[in-house]
Amino acid sequence: MYRYYFSLALRSLRRNAVLSALMIAAIGVGIGASMTALTVFRAMSGDPIPAKSRQLFTPQIQIRGPNHPDSESEDGLPTAVSYSDAMAWMRARAATRQTATYATWLSVRPPDPKQKPLKTVVRVAYHDFFSMFTVPFKFGAPWTQADDDNRAAVVVLTRGVNDQLFGGVNSVGKTLRLDNETYTVVGVLNDWLPIPRFYDLQMVPFGESDRLLIPFTRAIDREMAVDGSTSCYDESGASFADMLKSNCIWLQFWVELPTPADVAKYRLYLGNYAAEQQRSGRFAWLPRTQLRDVREWLAYRHVVPNEVSLLLLLSFGFLMVCLLNAAGLLLAKLMSRAGDIGVRRALGAPRSAIFAQCLIETATIGLAGGVLGLTLTGLGLLAARSLLDADFVALTHLDWADVGIALGLAVAATLLAGLYPTWRAARVQPAWQLKAS
Amino acid sequence: MSTLEVRPILSTLRRNKFGALLIAAQIAITLGFLANALSIVQFRSSWSSRPTGIDEANIFSIRSDAVSHPPDMASRVSADLASLRGLPGVVDAFADYSYPLAGGGWGSSVHLKPDQETQTTSTAMYFADEHALNTLGVRLIAGRNFRADEITDRRESDSPQTSVLIVTKALADKAFPAGNALGQNLYIESGDHPERIVGIVERLQSFAAASTGPFGETAELSTLLPYRPIDERSDYLVRVQPGRLASVMQAAEQKLFALDNDRILRTRSMAQVRAIAYRGDHGLVILLTSISVALLLVTGFGIVGLTSYWVAQRRRQIGIRRALGASRGDIVRYFQTENLLIAAAGVIGGIAFAIALNLWMVRSFEMLRMDSRWPIGGAIVMLILGQLAVLWPALRAASVPPALATRSA
Repeated sequence: MYRYYFSLALRSLRRNAVLSALMIAAIGVGIGASMTALTVFRAMSGDPIPAKSRQLFTPQIQIRGPNHPDSESEDGLPTAVSYSDAMAWMRARAATRQTATYATWLSVRPPDPKQKPLKTVVRVAYHDFFSMFTVPFKFGAPWTQADDDNRAAVVVLTRGVNDQLFGGVNSVGKTLRLDNETYTVVGVLNDWLPIPRFYDLQMVPFGESDRLLIPFTRAIDREMAVDGSTSCYDESGASFADMLKSNCIWLQFWVELPTPADVAKYRLYLGNYAAEQQRSGRFAWLPRTQLRDVREWLAYRHVVPNEVSLLLLLSFGFLMVCLLNAAGLLLAKLMSRAGDIGVRRALGAPRSAIFAQCLIETATIGLAGGVLGLTLTGLGLLAARSLLDADFVALTHLDWADVGIALGLAVAATLLAGLYPTWRAARVQPAWQLKAS
Repeated sequence: MSTLEVRPILSTLRRNKFGALLIAAQIAITLGFLANALSIVQFRSSWSSRPTGIDEANIFSIRSDAVSHPPDMASRVSADLASLRGLPGVVDAFADYSYPLAGGGWGSSVHLKPDQETQTTSTAMYFADEHALNTLGVRLIAGRNFRADEITDRRESDSPQTSVLIVTKALADKAFPAGNALGQNLYIESGDHPERIVGIVERLQSFAAASTGPFGETAELSTLLPYRPIDERSDYLVRVQPGRLASVMQAAEQKLFALDNDRILRTRSMAQVRAIAYRGDHGLVILLTSISVALLLVTGFGIVGLTSYWVAQRRRQIGIRRALGASRGDIVRYFQTENLLIAAAGVIGGIAFAIALNLWMVRSFEMLRMDSRWPIGGAIVMLILGQLAVLWPALRAASVPPALATRSA
């Protein structure tokens, strides 16, 4: 019976071709716009490391007095840490794993002399970085604790850089000239791109940037400057060594705390650390401390730009207009068939049958609109990628979940829009219609 | 005539409540989003076309990054600058770490007194030698340019050592609202070493001007310091004679590579810099404009569709009216008046919705308040759209022959 209703629906679509096309176009455009915005929004506001986002934390400490709140954060706490605090936390080893990290900017001389030298962003971290953030390796392995201790000249390449510089072969053991010094490749990553790049929001949080990774201790030893912001209050224009001693903030710090008990212990540790810093005379105030996990950190730092939320809002408003539109057109379409419905009712069709038939017709329209909408979403994403910052809309693509959401949304929304028109159609009085024709 | 028609129209509408309500709601929502979208489009367009204050059409930048660590960067920078200034078509050139709209650069707090607790304001810092003002093409409105003997070489890690500054008018007015900034002392970078303002330029945007918050009041707070950067990375700014930008950009790269091949160069015209800096704004403008046009189209066609249905439904009644003496014009006017009534109701709701939506966005997205001309302009657009959309079905209705009334039911 439903097959029959479906073929009736198709026939009716053909009979009212213009009205049907208008409806399908309206639903398609609405779905296309809102799905484009939703896909971008989902990609940007997603959890970059779902398996561990509740176990990775970043500590904050109020390094400047209560009179100098950080203007960029809502609670006034600085969003980076100083070298001296980071080193104290590294030494304390109060967490299961920990790493201080920053980005620097180094020149790379490709092994192939025909390739031009290039400048690239280099991630600087401790060896725990790889296991904490479950970074996948294609070749080799992370550097070791000993490499950290010895400030070793070792480097881990991302897959893209390995393809570019070594033609994609296993380059472990080969050397690379970085900033005019020779580094040994110890590992090559597999594809790895957390969106957003939660572990260092000083950098643009979307898109590719870290291309090489080297030990933190090596970078400090060679006085590699931070590529990002350094915020100093009193100290300025100082040498790198002075900066390390200062209260300038420029580092990110992450700890892994697997259980709630570990978290509680670490909070206690931070509190004690702050109190001890006050006692030692470094601060005239008791510094507030804070510990946020990945999701809390992303929300706190507002990584999703206002523009994206705004577009999401507008496009759903747009979908609403399209649906109101479809509702009106459906009413027109179904009511223009009141005569047919009257005949069917007179021949014995119960209201529920009419209702089911109209609903199937509505759902067919919704499905067609959904398919059109998906096509438009694909185009919309292409447009968004070329119009907005490439970094902004990095790697947003449609997956099966999106296809499901789009088709489901289209059918559900159209059915919702068609509810009243369908109800009206089912209430057609057979006698009136027969009399009128 | 038309006043008399309102009453029958209203009683007809009462029988078509749902359809009329749908059109009114569509118009209201469309208007609400349209007014806000256009207000954002207008703001972003004017925001991204604010002048930097420099001769953008004729300026480009070359960033030079040394690959190895060459000794004696000072003489290398001197050689680079000398050959850039010597290129045919070049007006002038200087070296800096940043420039307007570059995105990144050095900032500093500005204090009026040595031991001040909270900063007076903040500023973007540019390095400048005696060629800088001529290269940038900024207008000096008070005081003087730096003298050659005031310029010192400075690495990023060196301590500040200057005692003179050139500031923008915006910074001068902010620090000295009385207007007596020239000759006064500021404390920039260091808290205990004063620098005297020797010149004021009309306008020079900060490197971060594209992202200075919705009100942009810090966009023009910039300071020029009499230093020549001698680090391994510097941005050369080059001003060319009008019309020679593309050719000089190429020649400049070749020249610098000829001096030293072991470096990485990145050349950008100011037009490219501006496009990159405002890419997000530009994209938003295009997306919002497209959504607005699509909204209008969808609403317009929705009105066409529903009115066509009403016309089809009332063919007999129209025939009767025509038979009773109504002219074609009367029929067209009937549908136009009907649409006007529905649209007017929608527009009233839409203005309220537009304002409410704007207030909410101001609160949650740091958006500016909407100018009242946007909802009013949007309302007029919606009324016109309704009239246009209803025209075709109304003309179809007018073509219903009076004879239809005589045919039996």
